[in-house]
Amino acid sequence: MADITAAEKSPANTAEGIVPFEPKIIGFLCWWCTYAASDMAGTSRLKYPPNVSIIRVMCSSRVDPSFVMRAFAEGADGVLIGGCHPGQCHYISGNYKTVARISLLKKMLSQFGVEDERLRLEWISAGEIHKYAKVVTDMTEKVRKLGPLNWRKNFEPK
Amino acid sequence: MEQPKEKLKLGVYWAASCGGCDISMLEIGEKILIVDELADIVLWPCIADFKYKDVKAYPDKYIDVTFFNGAIRNSEAEEIAHLLREKSKILIAYGSCSYEGGIPALANFYSKEEVFDRAYHESQSTVNPDRIEPKTKHTENGYELYLPEFWETVRKLSDIVDVDYFIPGCPPAENTTWAAIEAIVSGELPPTGSVIGAGNKSVCDECPRERKETKIKRFKRPHEYVAPDPEQCLLEQGIICMGPATRSGCEARCINAGMPCRGCYGPCADVYDQGAKMISAIGSVLESEDEEEIQRVIDEIVDPAGLFYRFSMSHSYLVRRRLVGAKKETK
Ligand code: SF4
Ligand code: SF4
Ligand code: FES
Repeated sequence: MADITAAEKSPANTAEGIVPFEPKIIGFLCWWCTYAASDMAGTSRLKYPPNVSIIRVMCSSRVDPSFVMRAFAEGADGVLIGGCHPGQCHYISGNYKTVARISLLKKMLSQFGVEDERLRLEWISAGEIHKYAKVVTDMTEKVRKLGPLNWRKNFEPK
Repeated sequence: MEQPKEKLKLGVYWAASCGGCDISMLEIGEKILIVDELADIVLWPCIADFKYKDVKAYPDKYIDVTFFNGAIRNSEAEEIAHLLREKSKILIAYGSCSYEGGIPALANFYSKEEVFDRAYHESQSTVNPDRIEPKTKHTENGYELYLPEFWETVRKLSDIVDVDYFIPGCPPAENTTWAAIEAIVSGELPPTGSVIGAGNKSVCDECPRERKETKIKRFKRPHEYVAPDPEQCLLEQGIICMGPATRSGCEARCINAGMPCRGCYGPCADVYDQGAKMISAIGSVLESEDEEEIQRVIDEIVDPAGLFYRFSMSHSYLVRRRLVGAKKETK
């Protein structure tokens, strides 16, 4: 995962004035469903914010909790995980493992002071392109309201 | 063990630690006599009087090996970490605190202000009506007195200086300490940056308990551990055991004493964040296809962060609770 530099994501002074905060959201999308939806949403010319940087995974259960924590640690303001609807995972029960992991991870992240809306798990099938656009729009706006996370500033420089 | 030509110069230092690591070095028992034959101690504040000025007077790289225990939580520990790096050929982070933050790093769930509040005002054994707190500088009768500065965040030794080797454990088990000493004395050391004295698998691999692929429907809290089956894996019986996310090497000593692993050997080889790994492991043992039921079982884990990062906050991706832009905690 590439480092997201502070300059890219925090409000910066330019000749025109302050550049508004643009949330940086990492999207881990299942190849069989949500990734396909994102692809189709694009080719169907649906309008939605460009804030999600997509990483394709073979199943939502491939998203190790460490990927999410590392994304936050390296500058993401939000993380979206998209998987197949319950009962439709191509690896049978992968997405139930995802539910357990992400619920526990959310509970733990709240102890770290990370707001609930910054991590979102959604079931979006390949055909649900409007749902994909809606989720991305809604999440981008919610994270925009929360403001930048800037995780490393919590301890660097000491 | 073959004797090296010249006696080794050995240093032991403690930073933010409990003293247990110093004691654990003596747990090697009579083998300490072998160490005495092989090495001269040039610094060990726990057992003898050494002054920092003595260490500062040593030439660079004068000490062959320094075992540094304790986390870095104030300016004194940081200064000595730099000093000992300069003076030591091999610098070893010994024990969980030095390697990964350890128990002191649980304070990273609080701010410095909250830690001071608790320690100097709020704790049940404190009476401090004048609300006196330690200051880094104080003048008395024309004399200036100094105290180290307390940092906001507890860091591991390798965040401050380059560390050659890591020895895990809270404290390291006797076999781990001895295996590390043997490796050093024989010169058969792995590449720098490695963990020495411990294994490269997980505690589960050394555990005598049997996995039966039982999926679980609930978690128990410690006061509910009534007579668990003596043969079966504890995690499969709903007792949270950090074995799957923890490095081997201690010979599963807690499990053999009837308690679940708490994770003191830190993350397994090739894993950075132990807590994240544990969440992943728990996701795999839950048996349910009902999102609400899964949520109910998860809610039985009361303090996941404190449990999964009991020893490794400084060795995690997030390192501490959020301070910047965080809403004020209301107690
Ligand atoms: S989870 Fe604990 S009890 Fe179970 S096999 Fe691993 S170390 Fe042993
Ligand atoms: S069983 Fe776990 S907590 Fe106990 S000594 Fe071994 S690694 Fe540490
Ligand atoms: S294959 Fe899509 S969530 Fe498992």
